[in-house]
Amino acid sequence: MSQKSFVWLCLLPLAVVTTAFFLLPMARLVVAGAEGPHGLAGYLAILTEGRYRATLINTVLLAAATTIVTLIVATIAGMFLQRHRFPGRAVLIAMLTFPLAFPGVVVGFMIILLAGRQGLIGDLSNRMFGEKFVFAYSIYGLFLGYLYFSIPRVILTIMAAVQKLDVGLEEAARSLGASPWAVQRDVVLPALAPAFVASGAIAFATAMGAFGTAFTLATNIDVLPMLIYTEFTLAANFATSAALSVGLGLITWFILALARTFSGSAVAAAG
Amino acid sequence: MNTAGHGAAVRIEACGKTFADGTRALDPATLDIARGETLVLLGPSGCGKTTMLRIIAGLELPDAGGKVLFDGKDMTSVPIERRNVGMVFQSYALFPNMTVADNIAYGLKIRGVPREERAARVAELVALTNITGLENRRIDQLSGGQRQRVALARAVAIRPGILLLDEPLTALDAALRDRLRSELNRLLRALGITTIYVTHDQAEAMELGDRIVVMRKGAIAQIGTPREVYFAPKDRFVAEFIGAANIVEAPIENGVLVLPGGRLPIEGGATAAIATVMIRPETIRVTSAGADALSGVVDSVSFIGDRQRIVVSGASSKPLNVDAPNTIQARAGDRVGLSIAPDALRLLPSEP
Repeated sequence: MSQKSFVWLCLLPLAVVTTAFFLLPMARLVVAGAEGPHGLAGYLAILTEGRYRATLINTVLLAAATTIVTLIVATIAGMFLQRHRFPGRAVLIAMLTFPLAFPGVVVGFMIILLAGRQGLIGDLSNRMFGEKFVFAYSIYGLFLGYLYFSIPRVILTIMAAVQKLDVGLEEAARSLGASPWAVQRDVVLPALAPAFVASGAIAFATAMGAFGTAFTLATNIDVLPMLIYTEFTLAANFATSAALSVGLGLITWFILALARTFSGSAVAAAG
Repeated sequence: MNTAGHGAAVRIEACGKTFADGTRALDPATLDIARGETLVLLGPSGCGKTTMLRIIAGLELPDAGGKVLFDGKDMTSVPIERRNVGMVFQSYALFPNMTVADNIAYGLKIRGVPREERAARVAELVALTNITGLENRRIDQLSGGQRQRVALARAVAIRPGILLLDEPLTALDAALRDRLRSELNRLLRALGITTIYVTHDQAEAMELGDRIVVMRKGAIAQIGTPREVYFAPKDRFVAEFIGAANIVEAPIENGVLVLPGGRLPIEGGATAAIATVMIRPETIRVTSAGADALSGVVDSVSFIGDRQRIVVSGASSKPLNVDAPNTIQARAGDRVGLSIAPDALRLLPSEP
């Protein structure tokens, strides 16, 4: 057997798995999206039907907000953690990356414990103002949950990027008269830009597709994964849920592809 | 020494540096650098030369009691961004997100210099450092030598009072390093700014320095002009670090060094049971056997081109390195005579 055909043989398992569990169902999904009463127009319904469009916009906005806030929080924290040594630093980093170990359901559960009807915040506000603040089941609760599991992924990427930063660049800028703010603006943030794009894309993709947290919290919120679930299980509307799935996939894939061309490095979706 | 130069006079006073983990990087040192002078801090890695440079730059704070003065003004607690120093780093630290021109103009932009004036200054520096035509290149499109010039142009653009260079040629290959060294020398002379130059390369130190500070293990071993540290090293470390040196240990009797291969008159040589003497290889002349007081046998001959390195054993307790003209015919096994002028024998303090 030649070496080349041996390599192809080694790739066979991957080819089988990809075809059986990815390509075929994907093709079926795309076809199913057009098998509703309106045919191919079923895809258009994602945009034309008010409820679907609102959900789509909602989801994108929520994912975008999560991404931006995560980047701000994680950049400041990651920079500080990478540049300073203090007792308890290792423990703090371990704690910050803890949410990676939890499934979305647990994150949702924790949000309920914090801001639900029996939650900590509601309890406190009840005693102080005689009124219960409950926001776990709204889009704010969901936002908080997404933030919670997005920050660790981004923080680790930022910390790695900060570590690779040449301290000489900052020193050179300072020697030329740049204030600490100018150094951040002109040198540090531009140097971290690829890390922002890469980790931001992951945060966005994760927030777009996260289901567990939404499922636990979402009584009043419509986000795309929830909508797909309800259309599929409750309304048995296979065509629409398939069309929505394809739409969700396309948007997320597009954002990741965009990030990849910007950063040049591999960006993997998660969640 | 260039006394009519530009820039600031620098004085560091009792500046030591102990790092947070307790490592002593620099013993308290006092040093004066004249206006317009080029001072080279020379020593092996870990000798404290970079720490001293960083203290002068304002990137490190000296231990309590240490002071840094520019033109008599105490700058110890002034941060680097307000010291008006130009700095060239070993890694060059050019901003990858800016073009060559933007790199050079950065310090001027920070200072609020108007655009036209910045452009004029960039044009002037690009011409001075021989990088005309590269203004709009990105940094990753430059060769090592070009990067070095951009780094220098950027540091000089702000008309600094002091120019600080941290091993600026170390990252380059040997041939380029030699070429850039003489170019840098011409440039520093033309600029006439007070310059502090850190290197571990003694050839660089010799060519560029008005004075050289030889450092060892966090302390200053000797300060002097290149000629002084070469011809009159204070101790064995300096003698061996600067250029090549034969270190001979032998007794002195009535002003005469007694070697296994003969006797040599020595200047200022009081009687000593054992003396440490330095002999530079190029001060030894090879003659025919028996013609001179000192004789030995040729061990090996290495032809280097402009000269040849002959190793002679038997003359001293250890083989002597001799730099001879490339015209001399000598083969391993030949018996030769060696002649050394009395003032070429340099008495060094005995090591404890």
